[in-house]
Amino acid sequence: MAALTDLTLAEAAAGLAAGDFTSVELTEASLAAMEAGRALNAFITETPELARARAAESDARRGRGAARGPLDGSPVAIKDLFCTEGVLTTAGSHILDGFTPTYESTVSQNLRDAGAVMIGKTNLDEFAMGSSNATSYYGPVINPWRAEDGKDRVPGGSSGGSASSVAARICFGATGTDTGGSIRQPGSFCGIVGMKPTYGRCSRWGIVAFASSLDQAGPMTRTVRDSALLLQGMAGHDPKDSTSTPVELPDFAAAISGDIRGMKIGIPKEYRLDGMPEEIETLWRQGVAWMEAAGAETREVSLPHTKYALPTYYIIAPAEASSNLARYDGVRYGLRVPGDSLDEMYENTRGAGFGAEVRRRVLIGTYVLSAGYYDAYYIKAQRVRSLIARDFDRAFEEVDALLTPTAPSPAFALGEKMDDPIAMYLNDVFTVPSSLAGLPAISVPAGLSREGLPLGLQIITPAFDEERVFRVGEVLETASSFDTRPRGA
Amino acid sequence: MALDSNTVKKIAFLARIKVPDSDLGGLANELNNIIGWVEQLGEVNTEGVEPMTSVAEMSLYKRADEVTDGAYPERVLANAPEPEQGFYAVPKVVE
Repeated sequence: MAALTDLTLAEAAAGLAAGDFTSVELTEASLAAMEAGRALNAFITETPELARARAAESDARRGRGAARGPLDGSPVAIKDLFCTEGVLTTAGSHILDGFTPTYESTVSQNLRDAGAVMIGKTNLDEFAMGSSNATSYYGPVINPWRAEDGKDRVPGGSSGGSASSVAARICFGATGTDTGGSIRQPGSFCGIVGMKPTYGRCSRWGIVAFASSLDQAGPMTRTVRDSALLLQGMAGHDPKDSTSTPVELPDFAAAISGDIRGMKIGIPKEYRLDGMPEEIETLWRQGVAWMEAAGAETREVSLPHTKYALPTYYIIAPAEASSNLARYDGVRYGLRVPGDSLDEMYENTRGAGFGAEVRRRVLIGTYVLSAGYYDAYYIKAQRVRSLIARDFDRAFEEVDALLTPTAPSPAFALGEKMDDPIAMYLNDVFTVPSSLAGLPAISVPAGLSREGLPLGLQIITPAFDEERVFRVGEVLETASSFDTRPRGA
Repeated sequence: MALDSNTVKKIAFLARIKVPDSDLGGLANELNNIIGWVEQLGEVNTEGVEPMTSVAEMSLYKRADEVTDGAYPERVLANAPEPEQGFYAVPKVVE
């Protein structure tokens, strides 16, 4: 029998249900893999004792015939942006030193209630601001995939620790958060499935806020079915988040039928960038061929404001971040650096507590919101955001889903792009537009680059149609028959 | 418009982030590059387009206006760097 950690989440659930193994056995296997994988630096905090206790509770429940569904007893990792009761929560930042929440975020509570076993808190870009996981105060995360040149690759970001730990088979799934691509881009870089639900599907309560009109939690797994199962456990209306949508959840996994015959898939022509690597273009064409072979009809569509999505995002997200991050003042939690006056204490604390990228974004946000510039930058960006959302509305009058690449390149080497913020921001060129429009999207691993690194393709659908995301995503997964086991390691 | 070191210093104070003087010039360059790049939005015709302020087209959920939580000051103060007799302590504000 294969190693327990090689199972998918769905297989682990079936094995637990059949009594082939216990949650304690599964959890011990994950904890051993977490220890063996420490060189990846995927975890900021490991919680083995908590995991053993929750696994034993899960086994006891199952013994009483009171198992809670497909997540009960399966080890998962939680991005260290979700507040977890009694467990250090850092957001990858120095400024949250020692912060141990006395409450649990709604999403991680939902997973707890579903019986999932948290094994630790995963590393991330500081305050989820980054595309490489290199801005974490706790150091960079390594991608378990190795290229032929042997150089360490980034896992992508900001959910880099979650992506790396799922790819390395340390856990059966992990939570991520996606503001402009932070689930899907690392999913693509690490050869796993990363899914961002519709804005409003998952509660943001208890998630350290970056840009509130964009932030959304989602699942990171090795298969599309697992993605549906994990989202089922995370999502749902929450009265504590006024932007969480009060609608019933469909059965996401039940939507996976393997049948997309007659579906219309749009190929947005503006996503064909100048200078895009040939291998990305080739994989995209292959994706189109797979859709057609599965009986879907593909056609070119236009999203005319695509090129303005990134600049729009880099006004709106820093503006919201500068406002959200005002709470880190050294008074109520985390780091405090003394000063002679209250203002000086604020300045010293925030000067020492924020890293370079966070400081840069807070300053940009402060600038674009400051008197005299608010209309020219912020309101202008919000108007363009309306146009970007309208582009998608129009496209979805013609087609049922969109197929695009997830990222413009495979994982790059550790340390690259660090001195050029805009080059780093371009990583999210294909993921930011759907974030601005609040739409659900999934990255499915679909092929390998010339150097042997994973590449993902993205499916985007209208709001609250995650079922179609999963249905089309699974067809893509089946067609590509991508082997998620990291090579070159 | 180009940001100079003085503007960066002013923004940094607005954001209450201490920036060493030696960092101001470099930051001014970085911010200028980014601001210059986002200014391409100027070429988009947005006449008559409403700003998008909410992603989902829905009215905000309302609940009854009643107290549903609270009365645990020790939990609220649990992470305070300097809790003092049920309060957060800060440097003297009023002389």
